[in-house]
Amino acid sequence: MEWLVFAPLAAVALATAVSVIVLRNPIYCALSLVGTFFALSGLYLLLQAEFIAVVQVIIYAGAIMVLFLFVIMLLDVGHEPPAWLRRDRPKLVLGMVLISLLLLELAVAIGSRVSQGIQGPYTSELVNAIGNTQLVGRLLFTDFLIPFEITSIILLVAIVGAMVLAKR
Amino acid sequence: MVPDPAFFVIMVAKIVVVFGLMLLSVAYLTWLERKVIGDIQVRLGPMRVGPHGLLQPIADAIKLMFKEDIVPQAADRWIYLLAPTLALTPALISFAVIPFGDRIRLFGRTIDLVITDVNIGLLYVFAVASLGIYGIVLGGWASNNKYALLGGLRSAAQMISYELSLGLSVVGVVMLSQSLSLVQIVNAQSMAWFIVLQPIGFLIFLICAIAETNRAPFDLPEAETELVAGFHVEYSSMKFAMYFMAEYANMITVAAMATTLFLGGWRGPFLPPVVWFLVKLFLLIFLFIWIRATLPRFRYDQLMRFGWKVLLPVALANVMITAAFVAMR
Repeated sequence: MEWLVFAPLAAVALATAVSVIVLRNPIYCALSLVGTFFALSGLYLLLQAEFIAVVQVIIYAGAIMVLFLFVIMLLDVGHEPPAWLRRDRPKLVLGMVLISLLLLELAVAIGSRVSQGIQGPYTSELVNAIGNTQLVGRLLFTDFLIPFEITSIILLVAIVGAMVLAKR
Repeated sequence: MVPDPAFFVIMVAKIVVVFGLMLLSVAYLTWLERKVIGDIQVRLGPMRVGPHGLLQPIADAIKLMFKEDIVPQAADRWIYLLAPTLALTPALISFAVIPFGDRIRLFGRTIDLVITDVNIGLLYVFAVASLGIYGIVLGGWASNNKYALLGGLRSAAQMISYELSLGLSVVGVVMLSQSLSLVQIVNAQSMAWFIVLQPIGFLIFLICAIAETNRAPFDLPEAETELVAGFHVEYSSMKFAMYFMAEYANMITVAAMATTLFLGGWRGPFLPPVVWFLVKLFLLIFLFIWIRATLPRFRYDQLMRFGWKVLLPVALANVMITAAFVAMR
């Protein structure tokens, strides 16, 4: 049953992710990325992480990608062909090396079964009993309070920095 | 696991009824808006087609369907065709989690009068609403027209700015009801409607809701006097109609959300729940039309200053005060 949902979502996620780098028109690329976020959101739903799934759509698809589109439209970025069509040899070689390393890493991870992870205390029954959002909130404000606060300060610094740069 | 066939029948029936009524209301909202604004401006409004112009929406629909469908030569064809759909779909599907009545017993079954109650219902509505921007921005860009692009960009800036305050304005409600499920939020209002406990939240929600639906006095994306018609200037025929349907469907959704979050949803004495829900919905929509007929349009800098320097701080203060009260309880 799970495969019936997982396979199409994974296929869409991969296809749109590939088209982000393959398509020439930057607007199409940005829209493909929106498609990827949607497919990922569906995968989160499949994992019963409803809160993360919806936040993914609100933050990435609803806010960040709209700003991306905004910038692309304002700057009117040209329709430059991607690196693999321009036969830009140094970049191609560098890309090949990096992607081989990544694939190697993936193979090692899958081979050593690290990807299965450690069985945590929160089973899906427990999560459903407490409530998805409630659990995320509780953990964020207790066990992960310090990382959470540090992240918010980093974001604040980034916002202030952007303002300072823009005012110059 | 064999799914219960009756479950599917009930589900499909609910979806068909809700969507049918929604589309019908969208059509008749155009009539209502023209009539009410006509009255306010001491005119009659539509009078020719049917008694008191009651058949006007049908005449409009037929006219729009048979109009020539023009795609500008310099337009980006795919996105130009896609954009109206992207605007209309989110407007229609957000109603799926809004409860419009108490559970009823019918043929020995208990039926919840909501299409589906999900534990993140409130966030679902926000997620879907935030996608409505795409239809407008992409429509404006794909038309390859300066006015359309300006309208699209304006709306993107406006909707993102006001979405923040909109989100913050309902945090108080979530803290009081301890849930994101809209059914639970309505149940939490059995003692007192949240408009009593969250009057500032309600006000901010209402203002942001009008801005999110691009209605006057926040209708800058389609400001006729400066942008011709804004993002949909190149659209004709049914694609133009789809943008309009999206606007009116959004109006219904936003009014339904305000009803659910602050006005006790379907709760009320004497009348049946569904009637109460519809009465509140109608009053809010009437208020939106009234505001459109009364207030002049904001200037762009006023709009941004108001959103960021007035609404956002007030909404934040409201969240903090509510949090202090909830913590002390």
